[in-house]
Amino acid sequence: MGSRTDVPAVSSGTTKIRLNLRVNGEVYDVLAPVHHTLLEVLREELDLTGTKHGCELGECGTCAVLVDGEPILSCLALPVELQGRDVTTVEGLAAGGQLHPLQVAFAEVGAAQCGYCTPGFLVTAKALLDLNPSPVRSDIAEALSGNICRCTGYVKIFEAVELAAKQLRAKAEGGGTGGSPLHTPAAGATVDRQAP
Amino acid sequence: MTPAEHGQRSREELTVVGKSLLKTDGLTKTTGQELYADDLKLPRMLFCRLLRATRPHARILDVDTSRAQALSGVHAVITSRDLPHRYGILPVGQDEEALCSEKVRYVGDAIAAVAAIDEETAEAALDLIEVDYEELPTYMTIEESLSKEGERIQAGKYGNAHRAAALEFGDVDAGFARADEIFEDTYFFQGNTHLPLEQHSAVAQYSADGKLTLWTSTQTPHYVHKELAVCLDLPEERIRVIAPAVGGGFGGKLELFQHEAAAAKLSMVTGRPVKASLTREEVFYCHRGRHPVLMWVKTGFLRDGEITAMHFRSYVDGGAYMSYGAASLYYTGALQTTCQKIPAYRWEGVRCLTNKPPCGPKRGHGTPQPRYALECHLDACAERLALDPVSIRRRNMVEPFSKTVNYLRITSCGLAECLDKVLAESRYEQRLGKLPYGKGVGLAVSAYLCGAGLPLYWNDMPHSAVDLRLDRSGTVTILCGEIDIGQGSDTMLATIVAQALGCRYDQVKLVTADTDLTPIDLGSYSSRVTFMAGNAAIEAANKLRGMLTEAVAEQLEVSPGTLTISDGRVSDASGKMPELTFEAAVKAAETKYGSLSASGSYRPPKLSGPYKGSGVGPSPAYSYSACVVEVDCDPETGWVTAEKVWIAHDIGRALNPVLVEGQCEGSVYMALGEALMEEQIFRGERGPRVLGVHQIPSMLEYKSPTTLETPEMHTYLIETVDPEGPYGAKEAGQGPLLPVIPAVANAVYDALGIRIDEIPITPEKVLRALEARREGKPARVGPTRLPHYTFPRILQVEPPEEWGGRPMAEREPDSQAADGRQPATGNGADRASDEPPRGGP
Repeated sequence: MGSRTDVPAVSSGTTKIRLNLRVNGEVYDVLAPVHHTLLEVLREELDLTGTKHGCELGECGTCAVLVDGEPILSCLALPVELQGRDVTTVEGLAAGGQLHPLQVAFAEVGAAQCGYCTPGFLVTAKALLDLNPSPVRSDIAEALSGNICRCTGYVKIFEAVELAAKQLRAKAEGGGTGGSPLHTPAAGATVDRQAP
Repeated sequence: MTPAEHGQRSREELTVVGKSLLKTDGLTKTTGQELYADDLKLPRMLFCRLLRATRPHARILDVDTSRAQALSGVHAVITSRDLPHRYGILPVGQDEEALCSEKVRYVGDAIAAVAAIDEETAEAALDLIEVDYEELPTYMTIEESLSKEGERIQAGKYGNAHRAAALEFGDVDAGFARADEIFEDTYFFQGNTHLPLEQHSAVAQYSADGKLTLWTSTQTPHYVHKELAVCLDLPEERIRVIAPAVGGGFGGKLELFQHEAAAAKLSMVTGRPVKASLTREEVFYCHRGRHPVLMWVKTGFLRDGEITAMHFRSYVDGGAYMSYGAASLYYTGALQTTCQKIPAYRWEGVRCLTNKPPCGPKRGHGTPQPRYALECHLDACAERLALDPVSIRRRNMVEPFSKTVNYLRITSCGLAECLDKVLAESRYEQRLGKLPYGKGVGLAVSAYLCGAGLPLYWNDMPHSAVDLRLDRSGTVTILCGEIDIGQGSDTMLATIVAQALGCRYDQVKLVTADTDLTPIDLGSYSSRVTFMAGNAAIEAANKLRGMLTEAVAEQLEVSPGTLTISDGRVSDASGKMPELTFEAAVKAAETKYGSLSASGSYRPPKLSGPYKGSGVGPSPAYSYSACVVEVDCDPETGWVTAEKVWIAHDIGRALNPVLVEGQCEGSVYMALGEALMEEQIFRGERGPRVLGVHQIPSMLEYKSPTTLETPEMHTYLIETVDPEGPYGAKEAGQGPLLPVIPAVANAVYDALGIRIDEIPITPEKVLRALEARREGKPARVGPTRLPHYTFPRILQVEPPEEWGGRPMAEREPDSQAADGRQPATGNGADRASDEPPRGGP
């Protein structure tokens, strides 16, 4: 080990690792600091800022993403271990130009207030609905119990998941005709925030 | 037209208001497109980390940054020499430094800041900064603050008891003299924190032309703008503050923070953009949350439950700086009179400094603590008087369009309707005292402001303004300084403008929260945005609607009086004109008038009473709430579960019912967290004596309710249509939190027969109270004594005429100041009440 006296840490020389990641169906070949978590690589190297930092300890669910369809906490995951797996973030929920019913339902029933926890809730709820298309409220509460929301009191989130489940079932029951079209929201007023 | 017909017609005319339309940012938030401050990235951006104090109270003898500056990748290190100007959110509280100069006052106070190529390098540089401290006496509790000897936390003639006030309205001694019974109780409400899911974050960019832009997660871009100008000693015109999407506030992002000032200065020093994002641990230390408050209340009653007088004392633990503290202190005394009629009222309060992060406003700002005490006290008094909790509240209920003894003007008031609703739905009266041991129901009521009547600094300008622009495409652009922190204020404005102007909701666009582009709005605090920005928007929309009507009438040669603009269409009642689109009307108006824009603004009426200290409490309207909570208490483990909550809220009018329900449900949630588990606690208060260190600075340890703790919630919106609110609307963001906490405590009493007179109601306290009962002691946990402290001499205020005071015209001129600035007169106080603050959340 040797003496550590007065050796300044030099992070500009941080070891980087080459990662081959598949995120939202796209393949990324990136160099990232070896100690960066999946959350950091998604946000900083891949510019997928939809996934948020919440607690840095795996307690709040804000950073949840799907790996092969299962929710994981990206603040506790090392990307080197996830090469070759399918990572899905909130940016990957819409398919073929169409929003996932959860995305519409969360917006329509007021389940996203400040919206910061919303991406984590959406991917976790998607994993639930993929496994269980007809969850009762206690199933939803159980599945989402690792996600903290400080705004809504969870009631509207429960309602949104129930609404999306209903719409997905209706589409599935459309059967051989390719399913009934997914519900699209009515146009609304918009806000333009002054980002740089 | 009969009133009923008028009401019917009014309802028909509301084509946008009252509909639960899609939230303006709903889809950007569910697709990950919404950008929050920490998502912003600029070319050549550097990263800032702050060196924070490891001592709760210490003199800084030396700060050596030389090794940090020499570290590869570090671009700048700054200390107090670079940021020498003191600042503070209140004019009476200019006690903060962006980086501490002479001493640190709490663990976490910032001393130095580094800008480096990445966060890791900045963090590594912090480890190379050496600080020499000289330890000073530490004050961790109200008791220590008021009694321990040694160097005070802040300079100032009153020492650690830095703010104090004493007011009396009417003759309290006479009120007690005519009472049949007098009861007193003591309560403690532990501090807790906002815990927004988004950590504070800021990006600063100083451009070559000498302009500074700060994108920051804030509820008050305007106040950050002003404070930053003071802190940096830069003219306001050279600073632009923009709030991107804010990931939750709850009062925790209401003033300039040290990292914002540091990022700004480092950008000026380096000429590069600088980002400062806090860690979750730092957010716990930055705090500015709920004040711990020790409270004593004494009330006189007639036998039938009528209140004759009340005396209330607040001992407020402020932490190390003022923040909003002077306002917070007054709020612990201001709203006691808003739900129950109190004919004579005396309040004494002191805010004392401790070596902990400064407290400030959290949802309900200074009023949840006394509301908890008061509603529990009322239940306890009802039992002593052999009355029930409902009849004691009905006996004293405040009436609509009345004035309280401390000069608060009540207008619309749905308290009775709220109470009736939750009682009926919960079957409270049929079930109180009749549920099995361990099950209980509790009741409480409350009121809250719809915006503070005064701004935080003295001026007579508008509190809110809206600019509207019409484009020949039919697009309506709203420009307003307000910031949507999740509560839906953007949607509120779009709804009001679409309604008032007659365009379609989807024709409305907003530009908000940019001090360069948008007209003033004081910010998202004190539940003010709907009332104030909403009224400003109506004024602007009415101007434009008049222009559209005139132009169409002139072009198509019809009478303007027969034209209606609604939901994107212009129609003519006389039938002479075919229906036009809104877009066509805009084109007609642009042809007649040229480019189309209009402004509206709102300033609350002057409502302050004729006494010093009357700046805190007045509001253009008050929302009302009533709540019943049903609990299950396990006498073996002490665990309390809120199983069902019924909340009724007098919203005036629900502009968007889904969003109002969301505010009520979120308030209930946050209140349950405060009632049962959340507390901001530091070593030295309890536990090992590593003084001043936060005991639980993470989301792992600081417990907050999850989906599994969510009760069955029943929300009822009561519409009283306030005469001054926009379309009759009042607030929803804070008021519904207030009654939930005392309702839980009252339910625990019904369940187990124990009084937990201290928040939070933890299992440990429940078990302690049950143990006390087994030992034959009072079945109670709560404070048993008050600190030794002499309050200032009481300022006697003659009550309003409604409460026996003389008409204003007959009073001496010097006692009639209506703006709250009148100095105390002739009481010969050893210490007069402090110069009171203005407004506040």
